[in-house]
This record gives sequence, structure tokens and C-alpha cells, in this order.
Amino acid sequence: MLTIVVIYPTLMALNESLYGPKGLDPKTGFISNTEPFVGLKNYTDIFTQAGDRFWNAFWNTTLFTVVTVLLETVIGVAMALIMHKAFRGRAVVRASILVPWAIPTAISGLLWRWIFNADGIANVLVGQQVLWTADGFAAKIAVIIADVWKTAPFIGLLVLAGLQVIPKEVYEAARIDGASALRQFWHITLPLVKPALLVAVLFRCLDALRMFDLPYILIGAQKNSVETLSMLAQNEASNVRFGPASAYAVLLFLYVFLIALAFVRLLGADLVGDGGVRSGRERRTGRRGAVALRRAEVTA
Amino acid sequence: MTRTTRALQCSATLVAAGLLLTACGSSGGSGGSSGQNAQSTSFTGRGPITYVAGKDTTGTIQTIIDRWNKLHPKEKVTFIQLPTDADSQRQQMIQNAETKSDAYTVLSLDVVWTSEFAAHQWIDRLPDNAFPLQNMLKPVVETAKYRGGLYAVPGSSDGGLLYYRSDLLKKAGITSPPATWSEMTADCAKVKKLPEAKDMSCYAGQFQKYEGLTVNFSEAVNSAGGVVTDASGKPDVDTPQAKKGLDFLVDSFKDGTIPKEAITYQEEDGRQAFQSGKLVFLRNWPYVYALAQKSPIGGKFAVAPLPGLNGTGSSSLGGHNLALSSFAKNKATALDFMKFFSSEESASYFLKNASLAPPYTNLYDDASLDKQYPYLPVLKESILHAVPRPRVVQYGDVTSAIEKEAYAALSGSKSSSQALKDLQADLQKLTAQ
Repeated sequence: MLTIVVIYPTLMALNESLYGPKGLDPKTGFISNTEPFVGLKNYTDIFTQAGDRFWNAFWNTTLFTVVTVLLETVIGVAMALIMHKAFRGRAVVRASILVPWAIPTAISGLLWRWIFNADGIANVLVGQQVLWTADGFAAKIAVIIADVWKTAPFIGLLVLAGLQVIPKEVYEAARIDGASALRQFWHITLPLVKPALLVAVLFRCLDALRMFDLPYILIGAQKNSVETLSMLAQNEASNVRFGPASAYAVLLFLYVFLIALAFVRLLGADLVGDGGVRSGRERRTGRRGAVALRRAEVTA
Repeated sequence: MTRTTRALQCSATLVAAGLLLTACGSSGGSGGSSGQNAQSTSFTGRGPITYVAGKDTTGTIQTIIDRWNKLHPKEKVTFIQLPTDADSQRQQMIQNAETKSDAYTVLSLDVVWTSEFAAHQWIDRLPDNAFPLQNMLKPVVETAKYRGGLYAVPGSSDGGLLYYRSDLLKKAGITSPPATWSEMTADCAKVKKLPEAKDMSCYAGQFQKYEGLTVNFSEAVNSAGGVVTDASGKPDVDTPQAKKGLDFLVDSFKDGTIPKEAITYQEEDGRQAFQSGKLVFLRNWPYVYALAQKSPIGGKFAVAPLPGLNGTGSSSLGGHNLALSSFAKNKATALDFMKFFSSEESASYFLKNASLAPPYTNLYDDASLDKQYPYLPVLKESILHAVPRPRVVQYGDVTSAIEKEAYAALSGSKSSSQALKDLQADLQKLTAQ
């Protein structure tokens, strides 16, 4: 099973990335039927002719990942704390926080495009005319805002699941010891919720690295300021250059792989600490818990 | 390595593999010879076929196909609807061709795709005498050809029009619409002296970085006497004429003739702005006519041919052509269906029921139709003066090169002469093979 869904396509892509685009025969005006074997040229090209576009996409991808995941983590944890608190109307607050996550990305892309329109509500709030969807710095901000809005609830959900398994006694003991709310958060909540939070952040990182639909729909194809590696690969493929497209996809694959690996090595000490099986199961139950929670909210 | 690490790596692999699949899914079937040769295509075989086009929002296509199916019960045509946006239509058709599938028979191609599809031998060369091409507008027929061979038959056409606020022009004492850019700016200055036009902007087109910008840029260049690619397909855009065309747009952005936000406009944004009374002049396609007629400015606007530097300008050509997939079965039926679908009767039906611009000359000269569709004579003018966008195999790369440089000039990050110089270099590289 793993061979079919993982190894075979990966090897196919690796193989495809060694071929160049088909050439045009100037005499007949027809494209040749076979792709020329070019070896590693698709890869070395990123240091020469295709470099500008590749590195631009690479830095965009990295910037989006770092900024959105940071913001989402902070906001997501805050959301989880709010959702965890017992107060009147909690069900409504919980449900409304989950709405962005429930909307398909393509739809939220369209929604935000409308908000960021030249005469849209974003400009009314800002009080001046910012051309968000033009190809410029504002476009990056627009993508970041829309992505944070959409996926902060995801982190919120996973963290909430983590919060709910912390025993109340721990907080009672802390209160008796006279620990302030901030101290309690820093020394109890955060360490205990860390495994769930790390999993959430890792998932978001991997997700953000392959970001495609949001910038594509919100800003558009081939906008340098928001073009990510997935968009670059898609664009090459849609121009019938499957070789370079595969090369970019392979590089993105390696990038995602390395980030995941680094994550586990550097931050995942706890995850690995008490046996691989446990944390794998924990992650799954964490998600299941989150789903169950959402279901509960819907029925409530 | 622990099991968790491996599990996590696997999930990472899965995520990335999913991406690889989507990015490269269609690469599997490449290579190998199709053995298709344009001259030797024999149009044999009768039986059911398919017609593939973007989503039919008007319901007219199905009506025409039903009519055919009634007459030919043994050669039924199934209508396959693709998404509305052109990019995904092109992508699905390419995927079908790359896998040599016979699922698609007759394709509705955007006029700018003909060269690419013909060069890849994804579509068959058609017999020149099968269709009444002599009754069609010449620029429209040209879009169906590749290297002199006929690879498609015109289905519908499209040309740019200048929409203008006839009520305001009249109030400002202007009797006829502007034919040149300088007349347009002068008219606009007069209109803006009217109290009700104080906050209006002068002009807009489609200047967002997408296909629409290629259309508008080419129109500006062609309307100033320049070319993007010359008659033989060679790029020749680094010329004083082309610079005058581009400068019209760049200067208009600078002096506010075109509002700043128009850099984000696609067709619909411009239409909204015009309908809500923010613009005196708008460049757009004929579809706007019917919609604007129903808006608050209904009856207060009219259309004219696009203005140019020294006289009437040149529109870019839009529209769709019918082509026959090389990998399809039942090509005899397909050819008959193409004749039926592109006939004058069908075109007239599409004009009346879906306001699609017909390729046939007659229909524009029909007085009764002109009465019902007052924009028709102007549209004919527009199409006759129209210039096709570059007809090149790598159209996708050519259009993004144009978008990139034109956008850089319009947004002021590059001088217009530098942008044209870079564009010329890019286009030379793209057409050099």
C-alpha cells in the first residue's frame, strides 16, 4: 500500500524531473514526441536561469510558513484558553471560532478577495485605499491575514483537546501556593499542553509549506509577491513542462521532509521520549477528540 | 530511529507525495509516438461523440446539441462541461491529450490556444473546404490557423468595445464619441466640469496581472501602430510605436485619467465601477452591454470602437474555435457535428439567445438584428480592425512575459522603454526554438 501511494509517485516524479521540455521542430512546426533526457539540468537551472523565480518562490513559501504559523500559534492558544473557560454562551463562542476552519480554503479565498477589493471593507476599516490584490507587499499581508484567520482555529482545537486532559488539581495546588495566572499559564498550562501544541504546529508547518489555493485564488497566478513553490510547480506543469515542474515538486518535497525531520529532532524530545507508539496514538486521539468536540458543538 | 520519527516522516512524505501527484499527475503518458500526421487524417467512423466546453451558463449549447441528437439518433453527442475559468479548461484538455484518451471528441478552444494544440498534434488538421470560411470575418478565420493549415473552425468571436456615458457627453456638448486617445482625454476633461461628474474617473480597462492585461497591452500597442509579434510571428515590440501605446496607459495611470485602483481590475471590477457611475469611459467586451442596460446607467451609455493614437484603435480578438481531438473516435460524425454547430443558423441562435458574437459577416449586416442589438455594427467594426494576440506555440509563457513587463511599467517599477526592451528579449527567447 505504502509502495503505491508514496514510493511509486515519488520515484516517478524523481525520474520525470530528469527530463526537459519537448522541443519544437522548426521544419514541421510540430512538437517532438519525446522528452529529452537532461540529467540534473532542471536542478542546476535554479542556480542560473530559473533561479530568480525559484528563490523568490522559496522565500515566499518560507516567509508565509514562519509568519503564519507563529501568529496562528499565539492566536490559537488564546482561542483555546477562551474556549476552555467556563462562561455563559461558551457554546456560541466555540462554534463561531470554528467557523473559519470549516469553510473550504477556496471559498475563504473568494471571501477575502471580496474583503480586500479596492472598495472592500478592508479599505474602509484601514481608512485609505490599499491595493491589496495588486502584485506587491500588501498582497503578502493579505495572504497572511486570510491564512491566519482560517487556520488559527485548527491550532486552537488541538490545544483545547490538550487543555482538557490537564487535571484540575494541578491548578488548585498552584492557587494554594499563590501562583499568579501568568505563572500558572507559563509553568503549568504550557508544559502540559506542549505535546499537543507541538503536533499542531508541526501539522501547520507542513501544511503551510505546500500552500497553494489561498494565494492562487486571493491574489492570482504568477504574482511574484505571493508565488509559492507549489504554485511554481503547478505553473510549470500547466505550461506542459513536466520535467522542471517535477524538479520543483521534488525540491519542495525535500524541504518539507527536512523541516519535519528537524522538528522531530529538535523539538520533539517529549514526543519521542516515552515511546513512539504513545505519541502516535496521542496525536490521533488528539484529533479524534477535536473532531468529537466539534460534533458536540454542532449538536449543542 | 524510533517509530514515531518514522511515523512523522511518513506523514510528511504523504503530504509531499500528494503534492507531487497533483503537480505531475499528467506526466505519465508523455513520450511515444502518436503517428498522427495532419495530411493523412481520415475522417472515418460514425457513432456517439462528445463535445467539450466550459460551463454553459445560458443553456443554449445543450439546446443546439439536443437539436442534433434528434436528427441523428445513432450519432448522439454528449456535452461535457468543464469549469468556467479558461485555465482549468485548458488544463483538462491537455491532460486528456497527454493520456491520449478518446473521451473528448470536439473541443471548444479559446482562440489563443490553437497554435499550442496544433503544434503538439493534439488536434487534427481539418480540410479547408469543409466549412464556409469565405462567409466569415477574416481576422476570426486567421485565429483557427497554424502555419497556414486549418486546425479549427470559428465558433464565436469577440472584440473590445469602448463603453461611454452618452448622457454626460451630451450634456458637456460633445456630439460624437472619441476616436483617438487625446480626444478621449479632452472629452473627459469637459465632462468632469459637470457637477455630477466631479468625482468620476476617466477611463479603465483590465489591468490586473492576468490574461486581460495581455489583451489591453496588445490593444494599446496595436492602436498606436505597433505590433507585439509581426506577420511572421517574430516579436518586434521594442519600437517607438509600441512605446507610444504603452506610454498612453502608463501616463494615464500617472495623471489619474485611469484611477489608481484600476491596476486590480478584471472585467467584472471595471463593469461594476462603470455601472456605479465611477467611470466615463470603459474598455470591455460585448457581454457588458446587456448587463449595464439593466443597471442604474441603463439607457445612459453607448458603445464605440476602441480609440487609438491617430484614429480608431485595434481590439484584441477573443472568442472560441471548434477543434477535433486527434485521439477521438468517430471522426466522420465529429466533422459533421462541427459543421452543424458552427453553421450560420447555430451562430444566429447563439447571438439571439446567448449574445455571442457570430463569426459570420451576414449576421452583422442584418438590420433587424442590429435593432435588437445596437452594439452589433460597432462590434463588427471592432472585429474587423482586430489583431489576434501572438499566435505562438508557447502562448502560456508569452502571455506571462507580457503580463510581467506591462505590469512593471504600469505600476511604475520600470520605465516603459526598459519594460519593452526586456519584453522583446523575453519574447525572442520564447519564440527562438
